[in-house]
Amino acid sequence: MIEPIDVTGLGRDEALVLYREMLRIRRFEDRVYQLFLKGELPGTLHQYQGQEAVAVGACQALGPDDWITSTHRPHGHALAKGVTVRSAMAELYGKATGCCGGKGGSMHLGDPSVGMLPAIAIVAGGISVVSGLGLAYKLQATDQVALCFFGEGASNEGAFHEGLNFAAVQRLPIVYVCENNIYGASTPFHRTSLVPDVANRVAGYGMPAVIVDGMDVVAVRAAVAEARDRAQRGEGPTLIEAKTYRFAGHSRGDARGYRSRDEEAAWKEKDAIERLGLAITSAGLGSEADLADVLADVNAELEDAVEFARSSPDPDPADALTDAYATAIAIGAAL
Amino acid sequence: MSTTAQEPATVGTERRLTITEAIREGIAEEMERDPRVFLIGEDVGIPGGFGGAFGVYLGLPERFGHERIIDTPISEKAIAGAAVGAALMGLRPIPDMQYSDFLFECMDELVNQAAKMRYMSGGKLSVPLVMRAPVGTANRGAQHGQCPESYFIHVPGIKVVAPSDAYVAKGIIKAAIRDDDPVIVFEHKLLYGSKGREQAGGMDLTAHVPEEDYVWPIGRAMVKRVGTDATVVATHLTLYRALAAAEELAAEGVSVEVIDPISLQPFDLDTVFASVERTGRLLIAHEDTLTGGWGAELAARVAQERLYSLEAPIRRVAAHDVPLPVAPVLEQAVVPTQQRIADELRLLLA
Repeated sequence: MIEPIDVTGLGRDEALVLYREMLRIRRFEDRVYQLFLKGELPGTLHQYQGQEAVAVGACQALGPDDWITSTHRPHGHALAKGVTVRSAMAELYGKATGCCGGKGGSMHLGDPSVGMLPAIAIVAGGISVVSGLGLAYKLQATDQVALCFFGEGASNEGAFHEGLNFAAVQRLPIVYVCENNIYGASTPFHRTSLVPDVANRVAGYGMPAVIVDGMDVVAVRAAVAEARDRAQRGEGPTLIEAKTYRFAGHSRGDARGYRSRDEEAAWKEKDAIERLGLAITSAGLGSEADLADVLADVNAELEDAVEFARSSPDPDPADALTDAYATAIAIGAAL
Repeated sequence: MSTTAQEPATVGTERRLTITEAIREGIAEEMERDPRVFLIGEDVGIPGGFGGAFGVYLGLPERFGHERIIDTPISEKAIAGAAVGAALMGLRPIPDMQYSDFLFECMDELVNQAAKMRYMSGGKLSVPLVMRAPVGTANRGAQHGQCPESYFIHVPGIKVVAPSDAYVAKGIIKAAIRDDDPVIVFEHKLLYGSKGREQAGGMDLTAHVPEEDYVWPIGRAMVKRVGTDATVVATHLTLYRALAAAEELAAEGVSVEVIDPISLQPFDLDTVFASVERTGRLLIAHEDTLTGGWGAELAARVAQERLYSLEAPIRRVAAHDVPLPVAPVLEQAVVPTQQRIADELRLLLA
């Protein structure tokens, strides 16, 4: 039984934007999985289905000049922050028109023009780097805020301790968004931590933390907006722990033998897209036909992106040797 | 690259500085010139503190304020990560590692993030940071005396420099700060002031440092001593010991050329090639351990490109492949001494 989320105060346009943004990620991931199984995409995939409310809620609370860091599971973050479907899809295809020119791929999606670093696929790597984004904003006295996505597993890394403590003591304008999807690859969090909530760990840094329903896009957006305001007031970082669930396996070929189908079914009852859709129709913000129109738009956008990626040129092999350095080093002169 | 790169002749009043003073002056000039430059590290600006582990930053907080001389917790990952992130946002951070041994605490930030962000972004981003990292044995043992330069020449995306005199140190720290790539500057503890003079074979460790603005380009070597019979390529303290050994051999009628490569990645191979073409003999000397040290790579390049210029096999003298001990007699049994360098030269010339 799916329960609608609370959309009190939400306007029609706003609600449909949130719905569209989440649905775009879901359909992107589903389509990408099919393409991957057909052998069209190289490498591996870490998919985001189920967690859409976190990426969309968080990015909808940011300004265009705010930057994000992401993880090995970045497709949702990238689309939510504004990386175009075309350039994201082309990057997954390894094409020259991809957002990183084929040098980043699935695990390093990003685009500086929309305020997203290439995703950092080392667990907790972004927690180290985001400090510098916050520090730059503080030193330059801009009102920008940096947002760092990471999973609950990252809270067991040393970088989590060093990064959060440093950001707290420097009062950096950072919002940490922990997506607690319960499993670090196959390992449940309760086997790696005696405290069930990552938020509990943060009191040790003198930093506020809040727990939010990560299957409720409006709740995530509100929590991030409040944390962002706090950061802009110079009061320092906040950690938001979003309780969520990835519907897919950790990566391609994960048979999910470490969790029960009952558990998966219970979480699918909380599907963020369906909960918002139901809320939109129940609250009279939109009709079933409106939602169907959004789906049709998103599907058309995706097919356009697939076609764009397929017909895009491969990178020039010579480009493999560029971009390691900003100032050219003749390869022969390098030891 | 120039094959006769030399310290310029002194013009006007001679002004002899230590490396510490030269680096401090270089950083201060760049901070004055560019508001994006800032320092970050442990104990760098605490009032009543040390001005960094070796006093390089003394006086800078008073001049530039604690906004730009940022003291951190003992958190090397946080220091390096903050530097990477700030550099990505267009600032020019100078993160400080009190000892280069601590770089291993932030290998992810350097090797996976700083070195690769530009490439992964398809060339859209740059990481202009300057990591300062003191190296070298000084009776501090296995975890405060290593020379880890060679780990980093193996990382595409990072530049590695190793200045050994005050003139070059000021020029290259300024070049590094202006460079758009991450640069690690390795300095030797015993060369900072005048205390290391005895260890350096009695060589003068100060140099004339002009007051005017200049840079020493990254990737350019310096011929420290011109010779005709053999070439020694050496850095840091070992460079001074090589110069002393060259002096020793001069008394035996042998003319040894000594090259300070200064930059280890990129490397000024042309200067070494040109020297070897004239001398036909090459000795590579460094305080880093032998196996997999930068000397191994240089030897391979010379063997590949100038084999037919060589009249004898290339020789290397380096720290033996053991951790560093503390007792002075043990320590000097590990690192290249003037005696070992001179002996190796005699073997090379035999």
